[in-house]
Amino acid sequence: MAEKYDINETEVWDGNFAAAQAMRQAQIDVVAAYPITPSTPIVEGYGGFIANGYVDGEFVMVESEHAAMSGCIGAAAAGGRVATATSSQGFALMVEVLYQASGMRLPIVLNVVNRALASPLNVRGDHSDMYLGRDSGWIQLDAFNAQEAYDLNLCAFKIGENMGVRLPVMIHQDGFVTSHTAQNINPLKDEDAYEFVGTYVPVEEMLDFSKPVTYGAQTEEDWHYEHKAKQHKALMDSREVINEVFAEFKEKTGREYKRVEAYMMEDADVAIVALGSTVETCILAAKQLREEEGLKVGIVAPRCFRPFPFDDIRDALSDVKAISVLDRSSPGGAMGALFNEISAAIYSTQNRPLVTNYIYGLGGRDFAVDEAKRIFKEQLAHADAGHITTPIQQFSGLRGPKLGFFETKRS
Amino acid sequence: MSGVHISEDNRGIRELGAEELVGWDAVTQGVIINSFEGDATDVVEKKAEERSYSDFSSYTATVASWRVIKPVYNRDICIDCQNCWMWCPDTSIISRDKQMLGIDYDHCKGCGVCVEVCPTNPKSLLMFGETEDNEIALSGWPEKKKKEK
Repeated sequence: MAEKYDINETEVWDGNFAAAQAMRQAQIDVVAAYPITPSTPIVEGYGGFIANGYVDGEFVMVESEHAAMSGCIGAAAAGGRVATATSSQGFALMVEVLYQASGMRLPIVLNVVNRALASPLNVRGDHSDMYLGRDSGWIQLDAFNAQEAYDLNLCAFKIGENMGVRLPVMIHQDGFVTSHTAQNINPLKDEDAYEFVGTYVPVEEMLDFSKPVTYGAQTEEDWHYEHKAKQHKALMDSREVINEVFAEFKEKTGREYKRVEAYMMEDADVAIVALGSTVETCILAAKQLREEEGLKVGIVAPRCFRPFPFDDIRDALSDVKAISVLDRSSPGGAMGALFNEISAAIYSTQNRPLVTNYIYGLGGRDFAVDEAKRIFKEQLAHADAGHITTPIQQFSGLRGPKLGFFETKRS
Repeated sequence: MSGVHISEDNRGIRELGAEELVGWDAVTQGVIINSFEGDATDVVEKKAEERSYSDFSSYTATVASWRVIKPVYNRDICIDCQNCWMWCPDTSIISRDKQMLGIDYDHCKGCGVCVEVCPTNPKSLLMFGETEDNEIALSGWPEKKKKEK
């Protein structure tokens, strides 16, 4: 029996420790981990709970992130509740095994503290690693601050372990800006948190010797396609379960989450679409623009990056005139991934708003309130002109000559 | 199988790759497949032919069509050393109570390892063309080789 952890109504935790505390409260059976900056304190914090007797589960130190996720898969297939954490290069090394976890329908929870991918080597935050996971078949939830990192961890177990879902879930938070910034956090009491998450119910567990099973069987062209389609269907259908879990969480805590968050969008003429801590920067900028200059600007932010909220994005953005989609990942010879997905969603609406793309904040480059204001005003200029007045893809906060690509095709 | 009757079991009852191809909505979640029908708690105590292997088990599938050449077994020469049973990569040598019974032609791929490791003189297992008749193969079995001085 684990020791009782004294917890206050309000705690001062950073995003990492908030995630570690949520993991402790979920009473995980196995954590297999290989620490990497900036997610290290999650593993370190959880290791501390183990060492001090606050956790009954097992903690497995492994030799790499590939092994960490492999260990998680083994433990999950055996029939346990499993979670771990990683970032950047570690996430990249995990990628091969991420596809196995989702293909085997194992509801593992992975905290990804977002960090740039080398080269150049960089420990600071951007969304390269989050984007790297976007086709892996995992549910991806995005926390914009430390409280949300805590809350979404509890939700993640409940979503992934739902019998209609049985898929692994990532919770993303921005490296350092969220993971290492201490904020006031209102955690649930241990018993309330565990009651919300629920007792783990295994499915086809390998430790049931009366029913031996094979995981990860070979399929080839006769079967692979059907299995992947079934998996995709489960991921698409998880949207409803995510809504339900968020509603239940609101009932318990008063804190409301949606698959697509919208701020000040009721009367907004233009919008920024962003992910991560940048959302809060943009909220601050929008408040100031509204109060000081009376400009009707708003923010739309996918809380749920996968399954991509194609439906709710259309609803959230159907009435604006211009949108700037912010991508915090080097697009590698394309438009930003979020830009592409947002554009695709609103293309099937009646009112197709003007959409432009900003690449920003790579490798932890600061994104300030003034820059958010400038981008908002640029969208208002597009809206007034009735067409895009800048290159469609631009780079924000970049030193040197302006960098941008593609003009609107006009006859 | 040189006249040796193993049992009335479900070994190799279906051709691998000839299954009914169902749609995406009917496939198993997560490609997690069961090896046995029903409770398998005591399955380890049972002989293969007594186990309730599921349709997903390779035991119930035959891959005989993959084979081009086959081993033929000669009971008259065999000394039941179990060498072939130990070396066979496809558990296709059937042995009970340390007595060699024959070859599981439903799963044998015709690799010839059993022939290589057979220590008798002449060998108790030899490779023949897949379409050759076993009785004819046995009737022309080679004589014992004399030791070279």
